[in-house]
Amino acid sequence: MTSIIIITITAIVVLYLGLYKAQKALLPVSILGLLASGATAFMAWGSELSYFNDMIVFNNYAIAFTILLVVTTILIFLLSRDYFEHISSNVAEYYAILLFALAGGVVMVSFQNLSMLFIGIEILSVSMYIMAGIKRRNIASNEAALKYFLLGAFSTGFLLFGIALVYGATGSFNIDQIAAHASENPLLFNVGLTLMLIAMAFKVGVAPLHFWTPDVYQGTPTLVTTFMSTVVKTAGFAAFLRLFTVAFGASSHVWMVTVSVMVVLTLFIGNVTAAFQSNQKRLLAYSSISHAGYMLIAILALGGASANSILIYSIAYSIASVAAFGVMILVKQQRGSDDITAFNGLAKNNPALALIMTIAMCSLAGIPLTAGFFGKFFIFGTAISAHYTWLVAIAVLMAAVGIYYYFKVIIAMYLRKGEEGNIIQVSTHYQFVLAFCALVTILLGVLPGLITNLL
Amino acid sequence: MENITQAITLVPINHYILFSTIIFIIGIIGVLTRRNAIIVFMSIELMLNAVNLLLAAFSAYRGDASGQIFVFFIMAVAAAEVAVGLAIIVMTYRNTNSIDINFLNKLKN
Repeated sequence: MTSIIIITITAIVVLYLGLYKAQKALLPVSILGLLASGATAFMAWGSELSYFNDMIVFNNYAIAFTILLVVTTILIFLLSRDYFEHISSNVAEYYAILLFALAGGVVMVSFQNLSMLFIGIEILSVSMYIMAGIKRRNIASNEAALKYFLLGAFSTGFLLFGIALVYGATGSFNIDQIAAHASENPLLFNVGLTLMLIAMAFKVGVAPLHFWTPDVYQGTPTLVTTFMSTVVKTAGFAAFLRLFTVAFGASSHVWMVTVSVMVVLTLFIGNVTAAFQSNQKRLLAYSSISHAGYMLIAILALGGASANSILIYSIAYSIASVAAFGVMILVKQQRGSDDITAFNGLAKNNPALALIMTIAMCSLAGIPLTAGFFGKFFIFGTAISAHYTWLVAIAVLMAAVGIYYYFKVIIAMYLRKGEEGNIIQVSTHYQFVLAFCALVTILLGVLPGLITNLL
Repeated sequence: MENITQAITLVPINHYILFSTIIFIIGIIGVLTRRNAIIVFMSIELMLNAVNLLLAAFSAYRGDASGQIFVFFIMAVAAAEVAVGLAIIVMTYRNTNSIDINFLNKLKN
């Protein structure tokens, strides 16, 4: 709870700094606020505090995801130096909106009452509608914002109708109470549950409700895309899992079949479509769909290990994504394109960048000795212990397809010839973030024991 | 207030559920078939209002105020969403001179 308050206060302070033209102070103040909120969350580790009559409960689950969201946001903020200045002269709003979005994400991971779930999702989504459209003169950015907004609001309608029906069936918005009264009025409850499932699947971009993801990710400014595919997705999955473990865990027979169809469709569409993309940003968008499929497996195989495997997967995925998007921003700035061909010959001119991109791609593909391998390993382990062997077989097959398209980038960097002497200058902020991401990815790939027994 | 809750319970709850569902489906059909961004937006609001009605009815039937509180949350958030949404539509209109959502196809490869 203290984390939410600190993040919100930081956002307001940042807005005032913008008002008084203190452009230089924006980034340090935001980072300090984020560090403080992360630290307060960390101090509360092991305690279980409930606030406002059980509206929000901060347990270890919420704290772990809060810290992950805050750290990812810090990394993205460090990448944002000089990025927003190219778009507009009023940059304070962008920092403030991203901070508000983060506050929404923290509410989502710690909700105990469906009203908080709704508020959290809306704070996060409304902020992201704005951020998707910050390039006001750019038609692609306009299109992304309008599409994201219309479809997001549409799915909110489903979420609310589902909440209303569940409330009608159980008489409460508290997820514990909902679980206790689940069998009182099965028809209303099951319809409500299905509508909420549709809405959540929409928010995290799971097939067949993924169609907005590639267009929105591509049209949005790259740094905001990074935020969308890491923070928004992590918060969405944490909320999804919390909702389905606590409130709908006992009625899993209702949604089991639907979710398993979703998993298979998501893995198939995400991976196979990604293999045909020539634009790196669109490739990462489809790959984020496929990662949503892997994470959904942990929700399907609901059990004690689900929370931990989703956490490990989110950590691995977020860190690797930040690195991949960071390198992509640099390449785009230097070479003016985010097609895969823009990466040609990167290894010759910038060996360090190419190495970091390779580590990120290996982690996303799930190659051993990177964090992504253990992310997939624990997800598959959870699935096998819940007797979903056939699903794991499909997932492994799709992971092999994944290796193909991730290696397309690596091949472009190392084997294709690019322009000679087109060296990319990397600022210290970028050096720090990229090195940090690469180190963490390798460290967790070698010593996964650091995070395996957190939850 | 007591009278209103009693008046709400005069109609059977199933009628409210059916009525809200019909309004909600009209909203969905509106979103899926209309091409004008403002009309799509209005249809979404229709969906939200169907939810509000349903929540108020359930709340009156159960004698539990939390459903009505939730309606306030929905109204407040919907208002915020309208502010952002209309701004996005205006921004799009300035660049394309159109609010037809058929224009939303420039990003396909």
